[in-house]
Amino acid sequence: MKNRWVLFVPLAIMGLLFGAFVYRLVTPAETLIQSQWINKPMPLFDLPPATAGVEGLKSSQLADGRPRLVNVFASWCIPCRAEAPQLEALKAAGVPIDGIAIRDRPEDVAMFLREYGNPFDRIGADMQSSVQIALGSSGVPETFLIDGKGIIREQIQGVILADQVPEIVAKLEAMK
Amino acid sequence: MSLRLILLCLFGALALPLAAQDRLPPAPYAYQQLKDPAQEARAKALMEELRCLVCQGQSIADSDAPLAGDMRHEVRSKIAAGESPAEIKTWLVARYGNWVSYDPPFDTATAFLWLGPLFFLALGGWLAFGRFRRGEGDAEDAP
Repeated sequence: MKNRWVLFVPLAIMGLLFGAFVYRLVTPAETLIQSQWINKPMPLFDLPPATAGVEGLKSSQLADGRPRLVNVFASWCIPCRAEAPQLEALKAAGVPIDGIAIRDRPEDVAMFLREYGNPFDRIGADMQSSVQIALGSSGVPETFLIDGKGIIREQIQGVILADQVPEIVAKLEAMK
Repeated sequence: MSLRLILLCLFGALALPLAAQDRLPPAPYAYQQLKDPAQEARAKALMEELRCLVCQGQSIADSDAPLAGDMRHEVRSKIAAGESPAEIKTWLVARYGNWVSYDPPFDTATAFLWLGPLFFLALGGWLAFGRFRRGEGDAEDAP
């Protein structure tokens, strides 16, 4: 009668496999691809102004000693509208914010700023997503926390929610 | 906390660039081949090996997502500038991780994929061998 349980091993393995397949079907693989370009210096870039009346954005400007946010957004991105109040709140808390507008037309950026406010010190136009790709960013909106030396410390994917605002202010404060 | 999670999921779902479209024309090299056929062949081979970040089951060569177009532009521009496909792949993997490649290296994450079949083949062989040998000799349930 020894090792009768061995007979159940194949069934158990099949059960495990079946369970694994069902699990993956029910919860599809992770869709948010996090940037690996963290704790690394901002890639070098020099973006022209995204619309009339704003300043363009150079990577060298991101190492001026003040920790800041770089918000990757677009006027055609619906969730970015929902994020506007949180960016305003961050600005009101004294956080410097720069923007990178992805694949955007100047007139669309202008309309977006008129409608949802302009919390940005500078906005660079990334017409061919080249800076977005260099950042390892895979969508909009995304926000990068940059320390005073121009090193990327954290990536936030998706909309910043209202209760994340104090946390972000504290994190940037800690980088000073 | 759970409300925040729900909101996060909702916004996360909305945050996919698929949900919206920009109104810019595609980047020059998104749909245009390089003039030099040898360079284009290298670019094409690499693009087929790179995974689109938006439509995550397609290569950037297959996808019509704007970001995929911009990545093709990036790949072709770098090839045209004399970079090797391996350099470009390293550059992208440094940003998006091995996830971005359809040909990930052998490491702890992929070891099971490579060694798993060998392991199961060996296991099957061992089981079969045991069974055949038992069949020759005494009965299965010998005490």
